[in-house]
Amino acid sequence: MAAEASKMEFGAKAHVALNDPKLRANFRRAMDGLMTKRAAQFADEAEWNALRARGAAARANALAKLPELLEQLEANCLRNGIHVHWAETTAEANAIVLGILEAAGARTVIKGKSMVTEEMHLNAHLEKHGITPVESDLGEYIIQLAGEAPSHIVMPCIHKNKTEIAELFHDKIEGQPYTENVDELTAAARAALRGAFAGADAGISGVNFAVAETGTLVLIENEGNGRLSTTLPPLHIAVTGIEKVLEKLDDVPPLLSLLPRSATGQPITTYVNMISSPRKEGEKDGPKAVHLVLLDNGRSRVHGDTELRDTLRCIRCAACMNHCPVYTRVGGHTYTFTYPGPIGKLLTPQIEGLDCAGDQPHASTLCRACADVCPVQIPIPDLLVRLRTESVRPTQGQAVKGAGSSATTSETLGWKGWTLLYASPLVYRIGTKMLGWFGNLMPSSAPMLKQWTSVRTKPKFAPKSLHELAREKGYCDE
Amino acid sequence: MPKQPRPESVYFFGTCLIDLFYPEAGLAGMELLQREGLKVVFPPNQTCCGQPARNNGYQDEARKVARLQMDSFPGDWPIVVPSGSCAGMMKTHYPEMFEGTPDHDRAVAFSARVYELTEFLVDVLGVKLVDKGQKVTITWHPSCHSQREAGVVEQPKALLRQLTNVTLVENPREKECCGFGGAFAVRQAEISAAMVTDKVASIEETGATQVVSGDCGCLMNITGAAEKAAKGFKGRHIAEFILERCHGR
Ligand code: SF4
Repeated sequence: MAAEASKMEFGAKAHVALNDPKLRANFRRAMDGLMTKRAAQFADEAEWNALRARGAAARANALAKLPELLEQLEANCLRNGIHVHWAETTAEANAIVLGILEAAGARTVIKGKSMVTEEMHLNAHLEKHGITPVESDLGEYIIQLAGEAPSHIVMPCIHKNKTEIAELFHDKIEGQPYTENVDELTAAARAALRGAFAGADAGISGVNFAVAETGTLVLIENEGNGRLSTTLPPLHIAVTGIEKVLEKLDDVPPLLSLLPRSATGQPITTYVNMISSPRKEGEKDGPKAVHLVLLDNGRSRVHGDTELRDTLRCIRCAACMNHCPVYTRVGGHTYTFTYPGPIGKLLTPQIEGLDCAGDQPHASTLCRACADVCPVQIPIPDLLVRLRTESVRPTQGQAVKGAGSSATTSETLGWKGWTLLYASPLVYRIGTKMLGWFGNLMPSSAPMLKQWTSVRTKPKFAPKSLHELAREKGYCDE
Repeated sequence: MPKQPRPESVYFFGTCLIDLFYPEAGLAGMELLQREGLKVVFPPNQTCCGQPARNNGYQDEARKVARLQMDSFPGDWPIVVPSGSCAGMMKTHYPEMFEGTPDHDRAVAFSARVYELTEFLVDVLGVKLVDKGQKVTITWHPSCHSQREAGVVEQPKALLRQLTNVTLVENPREKECCGFGGAFAVRQAEISAAMVTDKVASIEETGATQVVSGDCGCLMNITGAAEKAAKGFKGRHIAEFILERCHGR
């Protein structure tokens, strides 16, 4: 996302999204469907609880041993013939990918779906250097045609309906007649992509899980584009955040069961790719070289805080956003940064800094719908509260990036006043009496009340408080 | 669910919203307990559970207020709370908030004594209600925190189903947040407005003439929006609703 756009506040973008009835309908319909499908997959409560406990344990274990496991992963990948690269920043990661491509003389790149390359804005970087990347996941292909960013981490173009896609294809694909027939639209994309696959000098993909024990890269997908991108071109570059490591192969099955079921309600994806080496002697397909780029981009800082570390358990299933009442109303582009929804509100401020994305942890009612469905038991709302705390009063020594940035004198004073009122019985008694007298006289246009009364009537203080009534009725004597 | 022997006395925690805006709901809650033969005590020093400060990132302030509550309920009787949200705060967050402080043990002991009102009526007292009211169609609104923090899901509905003249219709979007969220309603006013508007529409679609809830924050939000849009349903706190049925009013 361009730096300009990222300066636009969450609230301002939400305003635009909320006033787009088509967008709201698209999201509502899509999220309702996904919630129903997921619910059908986890109808058995006991099975769900047992499975997510295993999934959470596998992820928590991997994070507890992250430094060792990353070393083990590197050693095993190298042994298998996979080149391993470390990038601390997105700029470094972009430079590494570009360097590999240039060294191989690659001009055209086919891409499987990958959120981490979105985080890096890799496509823009490659284009700037004369390399054309083509997105091969249908959703990604559509938003690439439209010049947009993904609005969801699993279904990147879920904000568009059939008509919008029909118009887009008609506009952007040469010779494509206008049609809303889904089969014909898919066929048009396929025809366009076939050529891109065949001619690609390199394939770039993400990674769902990287298994330290064996040096295996696990990649799941539904359309076969991931498989083609990682086997057809002579060069494959896989890019992943450093947190995606698992200790052993045995950790894969529970997560493989949780991820697609939570994401799309599928028992398993159509393709499960396990890449453990480049093409071997005598093998008929596969790339001649495989590179793995491990991106930090703030993750080790997150990892350093034992509470916030849970953020890194995420397996990017998107269940939290599918169930988030805020995401459903405003859609993914409102979040500006790569990761939207509850996990985005948690991850983005930690990666980008609370000074630049500090409003995001507040864009939640803490309703806990996200925590309820998260297959790896990330206590998202509690961590959002932790970030809210960090933004006004940083933890000594282990501060989150940009911590303390939203501590304003007026807000601090406001909470001091609140504490004075509620921490002293006498002040409370007198204070609330006065509040009751004056509160009802406040005009609806008063600050804060104005927002409240935009769609609601003004709350009325009762003539007598419960404290007074309880005293009168004799409930106060022990 | 903790089943404990029926106590002789209970404490009542009124919640700050009920204290100032919905005292009748608090009185009704106390009367429901009294009708079961319990002595009900309302400690006059109580104020607020501290949730607003905690949720906005002001932990020291939240702890200060929480400490006053822990001081205000000195006996070992159960503490009954007519709000799933405040009960959730006291049950799940008090022990966390005091982790590593000298108050931790007492926070743990305190939280173990906290019950949401309907949870206490059903699980501890096993109340049997006799409905003396007119026929009415209602729908239920659970607060997010009652469902997901206090773990109170079935009890309120079990109570409502005991009322023979009450038809309880399910709202398919029942579990979805109404958009209150305390400061959220002001900080993200437009999103909150969109959420409550949808919630009001979903309640209206059920055809119920009343929405009953165990949380006054949600009620303030939902009924405020329904009133502004002149919708044809009213909102009631479950304690008041049930008590009225028992009195035949
Ligand atoms: S936070 Fe949990 S629910 Fe959300 S994407 Fe990550 S794993 Fe899925």
